[in-house]
Amino acid sequence: MKEKSKKYMNSYLAGFLLGLTLLAAFFFTGRGLGASGAPKSVIVAAVDLVAHEHAKSSPFYSKYIEKEEPPIKAWLVLEVLGVLMGGLISGALAGRLNLKIEHSPKISSKTRLVFALLGGILFGAGAQLGRGCTSGAALSGMAVLSTAGFVTMLAIFGTGYVLAFFVKKLWI
Amino acid sequence: MGPLIAQGVISSEWNYVIAFMIGISFGFVLERAGFSSSRVLAGVFYGYDFTVLRVFFTAAITAMLGLLYFNYLGWIDLSLIYVNPTFLWPAIVGGVIMGAGFILGGFCPGTSVCAAAIGKIDAMIFLVGIFLGIFIFAEGYPLFKEFYMSSNLGDIKVFDSLGISEGLFAFALIVIALIAFIVTAWIQNRTKKVEY
Repeated sequence: MKEKSKKYMNSYLAGFLLGLTLLAAFFFTGRGLGASGAPKSVIVAAVDLVAHEHAKSSPFYSKYIEKEEPPIKAWLVLEVLGVLMGGLISGALAGRLNLKIEHSPKISSKTRLVFALLGGILFGAGAQLGRGCTSGAALSGMAVLSTAGFVTMLAIFGTGYVLAFFVKKLWI
Repeated sequence: MGPLIAQGVISSEWNYVIAFMIGISFGFVLERAGFSSSRVLAGVFYGYDFTVLRVFFTAAITAMLGLLYFNYLGWIDLSLIYVNPTFLWPAIVGGVIMGAGFILGGFCPGTSVCAAAIGKIDAMIFLVGIFLGIFIFAEGYPLFKEFYMSSNLGDIKVFDSLGISEGLFAFALIVIALIAFIVTAWIQNRTKKVEY
């Protein structure tokens, strides 16, 4: 819509502020930002709770139950709870709080939700294989000039562009 | 000086308070930027909205320059900063899977959390998907383990991979970003507007 530029913050200013947030994360803790680590901690804790023997014998869960110190896990979970709070504050101030399914007029709400679920599954699994998502691997990685950061960023966006043609109807 | 917690300048009890505050700032900026809308995010792939590219590139460069200057001024010890290790093929394949998830689902994990916060039901479902995806990966891990641990190049830096100096790479990245900002603004002006 027309007042879109007023609706949202200037992209470059937002990018600068996001960069400062990322810099603050490094300055305080020595690590960048992350988003996929928190759901992983939740899954590991849940599986450990429901099926402790299974978790202990699994090569995946056992890595995190035994080795990883609790502080890192708690840090990521609290950070993501902060993201939820920050998003809520911004949305409330901008009058954007309302329950809705946002989708292109060319698809139904149901189609949108099916693809959202599918996309989430792929992103969740891909972020495990890629050792982090857009925040933890790509953005934070690029800030510290790690090769992994640039490779991950190029793979994510490159694939997006290649597949965009085939799923055009979902968006435009 | 920095990183303050790793160096013991700030006690570790503050760690969680800082985590929460940094998270709030992260979520607030993402929402303000428009990242709580999948249709804004998807715009980068169709040329009608390049918000993602602008925010992402500007943020990466701001933090990169900040770290380089902080190091230059002696405010931060870069050797204590975590550099994510490069497992080349898992990073590529993982990135490809994430890219598919992005274009189908319209979010990435961080943006879906902030979109769910303002009531987007599609983002909440995307989040459910993330949990499922992690669970599927975790249960299937014995099958992927060998690949997951393959092509480990260690915590290498991109300028070493390319064989150029750190300063030159940083400068080149800024130039590339500026060119991308100009070119994408030009493309966006010539792309049919999408209403959302």
